[in-house]
Amino acid sequence: MKVKSGYFTIALVSIILGLMLAVQYKVTEGNPNDSSARRMQELVVELKHTKEERDNLKSEVDELRLSLDKAIVGQSQSNEALLTELDKARQAAGLEAVKGPGVIVTLNDSTRTLQPGEDPNLYLIHDEDILKVVNELKAAGAEAIAVNEQRILATSEIRCAGPTIQVNGNRIAPPFTITGIGDPVYLENSLRIKGGVLENLNFWGIQIKVEQANELTIPGYHGTIRFKYASTAKER
Amino acid sequence: MWVYALLGVLIGVIIGLKSPLVIPAIYAKYMSVAILAALDSVFGGLRGAMEESFDNQVFITGFFSNALLAALLAYLGDRLGVELYMAAIVAFGVRIFQNLAIIRRYLLKK
Repeated sequence: MKVKSGYFTIALVSIILGLMLAVQYKVTEGNPNDSSARRMQELVVELKHTKEERDNLKSEVDELRLSLDKAIVGQSQSNEALLTELDKARQAAGLEAVKGPGVIVTLNDSTRTLQPGEDPNLYLIHDEDILKVVNELKAAGAEAIAVNEQRILATSEIRCAGPTIQVNGNRIAPPFTITGIGDPVYLENSLRIKGGVLENLNFWGIQIKVEQANELTIPGYHGTIRFKYASTAKER
Repeated sequence: MWVYALLGVLIGVIIGLKSPLVIPAIYAKYMSVAILAALDSVFGGLRGAMEESFDNQVFITGFFSNALLAALLAYLGDRLGVELYMAAIVAFGVRIFQNLAIIRRYLLKK
């Protein structure tokens, strides 16, 4: 009797064991293919589509802006002066791509291996680091600045957004390329000044590269500028 | 005896594969430790049966308590940041091989 029920329990327990094995097998085998990988594929495709869409919209914005200019000026061809005035204002606002000599600063996260207990945040580039570099470039007389091809305007934000940094509402990730147009030597020197921005970053092992360029192009701002609250104070 | 065990495992695997039963991937680690404990229990049971010292209650309670305890240990280890599931793996692994060796000897003597 005792042995008979022993058979039964062993068989029962074995069934449970088999069940567990099968479930575990399904989890380790089926799952990655099933959800993670496929989901990743989906997201990649989605990202590509969205990027294409964005680029299309960008070029559309440029086109529309151009036709707007033409419409404004088109009525009287003699208004050539107005057009140049508009161009100037555009350039000052940062809506037009500009070129000239300047520096290219490339920043990347530290490659230093983390000691246990160390804060990994110390070895990453933060929004503040970018802000400091940009600020230094401005102080050194840079006339146009872009971070990862995002033109810095008067209203541009450089802000922490999780693992990325948000500039002009776009999220950018390392490596960060900060381009500035101005006197290349002066710009580089002011960045490399003792106790300055780059020396500080260097201390944390942030990878820094500063290049002087004779000719670099900085793209214009592609978004829209709308004033919802502000209006011109000057009486016309 | 071991035929029953083998048959049981086979039936269990078939049921498991056919049924839509799935556990979240996060728990897969605990499940694996529980499986090891269950495997140990089954081999222990077989060995007990061959030594004719098989006790039904000991076997059943051992199976469930070992599996649950192992999973719990692994979970606790995760909470504490200590890889406690290693302890379960080593302990059960050693026992599985011991039981296997004893079973093998019995089968050879027969």
